Amino acid sequence: MPSPLRIVLAEDSVLLREGLTGLLGRFGHEVVAAVGDAAAMQGAVAEHDPDVVVTDVRMPPGFRDEGLRAAVALRAERPALPVLVLSQYVQRAYAAELLESGDGTGVGYLLKDRIGQVEEFLDALTRVAAGGTVVDPEVVRQLLRRHRDPLAALTPREREVLGLVAEGHSNGAIARRLTVTEAAVGKHIGNILGKLDLPPADDTHRRVLAVLAFLRA
Amino acid sequence: MDPRTPWQALTRGDYLRGGWPWRSAGYLASGALVGATVLALLLVLAAFSLLLVGVPLLLLTGVALGGVERRRLRLVDADPAADPHRIPDAPGLTAWLRVRVREQATWRELAYALLHGLVLWPLELLAVAVALGAPLALLATPLLLALDGHEVRVLKGPLLASYPAAFAAAVCGLLLLPALLYPLGALAGARAALTRLLLAPRDTELRLRIGEVTRSRARLVAAFEAERRRIERDLHDGAQQRLVALTMTLGLARLDAPPGPLADQLARAHDEAGRVLTELRELIHGIHPQVLTDFGLGAALTDAADRSAVPVDTGIDLPRLPPPVESAAYFAACEALANVGKHSGAARARLTARHADGLLRMEVEDDGRGGADPAAATAGRGGTPGGTGLTGLADRIAVLDGRLTIISPNGGPTVLRVEIPCQALCG
Repeated sequence: MPSPLRIVLAEDSVLLREGLTGLLGRFGHEVVAAVGDAAAMQGAVAEHDPDVVVTDVRMPPGFRDEGLRAAVALRAERPALPVLVLSQYVQRAYAAELLESGDGTGVGYLLKDRIGQVEEFLDALTRVAAGGTVVDPEVVRQLLRRHRDPLAALTPREREVLGLVAEGHSNGAIARRLTVTEAAVGKHIGNILGKLDLPPADDTHRRVLAVLAFLRA
Repeated sequence: MDPRTPWQALTRGDYLRGGWPWRSAGYLASGALVGATVLALLLVLAAFSLLLVGVPLLLLTGVALGGVERRRLRLVDADPAADPHRIPDAPGLTAWLRVRVREQATWRELAYALLHGLVLWPLELLAVAVALGAPLALLATPLLLALDGHEVRVLKGPLLASYPAAFAAAVCGLLLLPALLYPLGALAGARAALTRLLLAPRDTELRLRIGEVTRSRARLVAAFEAERRRIERDLHDGAQQRLVALTMTLGLARLDAPPGPLADQLARAHDEAGRVLTELRELIHGIHPQVLTDFGLGAALTDAADRSAVPVDTGIDLPRLPPPVESAAYFAACEALANVGKHSGAARARLTARHADGLLRMEVEDDGRGGADPAAATAGRGGTPGGTGLTGLADRIAVLDGRLTIISPNGGPTVLRVEIPCQALCG
């Protein structure tokens, strides 16, 4: 059981707001504020200083991408604040925008469908709160279906590994999933970073850069 | 080639055998009837116009008469005269009056009403009376003599008292009738030409009409777009949110259910709800892709390329463009990519989009077998590659003064090009 999180939740649909509050509460997390629009979310964050913010993309007043914009603005103010964005869109542009805010750690872009897979959802939330980078498997799947450079240089196995990195899994988890050694996963990631021509940096940052390259390709 | 007017009919040998003489006579006679009515109306309105209320009614008379006369013209003219008036932008009498008062055609119609009501119709009546009445009166001489028994006066002129003389008059009538039908036809032709000159639309008015049609088409497209957005938002705010809540409830129930048949059924229901959610998401995206609104054409095209069944290379570099342009170009690209997947047999496609010098240029090229029929694509005869789907798109692009071109030789490659003039939005 991961440690309980203090959460600010922004979602304009009352039905989902109540549902999510109930679900998170049931697994020991505390929703310190549940609000219905982006401006209220920024106020609640300032007031409660939560461990993680969970927000919808589309909220009043304009019902466009106010939630995403507010999340990006929050990250600019507080780069260390973890933010999980819930969305109805399988479009990488949203995820890329989010990952480019701050240093790309402690952010997640999940489809709302994922809430129904309760354990997966809570797992992603925990990883984001711990500073991980999570992109929804469905978005990753769509990206892996492409046959385009600059990812063309990657082998199928490397693409698979990159997809799992994007979904936010650790090297250990990826190794278990692909039934290879953790060292082999590390080697794959090294090759991927080399092929994507990414500058040397610490491991976390390079992983984020790889995911970004993946989203932007 | 049948004659289309009395004048054309007059030049042919069979003028008398056809219907033209009688059509001409009918036209002139009905003109006299209409004219008498107009005269009566004008007299009444002249009395009223002292009270100012007659002035709009006078205009109304002119406009109404114009409509009647353009219809009546069909008697002697095979080409219909179009309505020269504009359609008012708003409903209601005031809007109608405001538009009509500003139109030259309205005043031409009023002039026509005065001319016809005060001058022309008595002349027409006279012409018909002379051309048909005189020969018929001569023809009837023997009959009238028989009825009278003593004598008969021909055309207010000489008195005839014998049958030979009466029959001679009848023969004169028989000869006179065709001779007079020729000038009658000529007069009807002249009269029709005058009507056309005053009441048919002029070139400038036709140009205005075309501009109006273009504008109304643009309004239709905009209304269609707005409707798409509304449907998208209703689905997003309603069904989609409820379904998410439902899958969440089912997910929680699965965690609570002890292993067994109930848990299995819950799992099935949960998976099914998940599939419905995926389908609904795709459906909503097809109706109106929100990424187009939030991130613009570039991101939306990249996304469309991601989704394509055939691998697509992209070269996209675009600023934000006006929403109608982004929308039309996006749906054209989607349609083109769908056609590549369905018809072309291509292994790869390439999608490029650039904006330079106030022009958006987008191309979708594939290495398939070609043979897509641009005529079918623009004329909308279905069943051929690039068929009906592109017709609507060509229309939408045309509304924006853009062009959709398809180059598809047999054996390929096929290139679909969309060019729309537009300015980039700032910011």
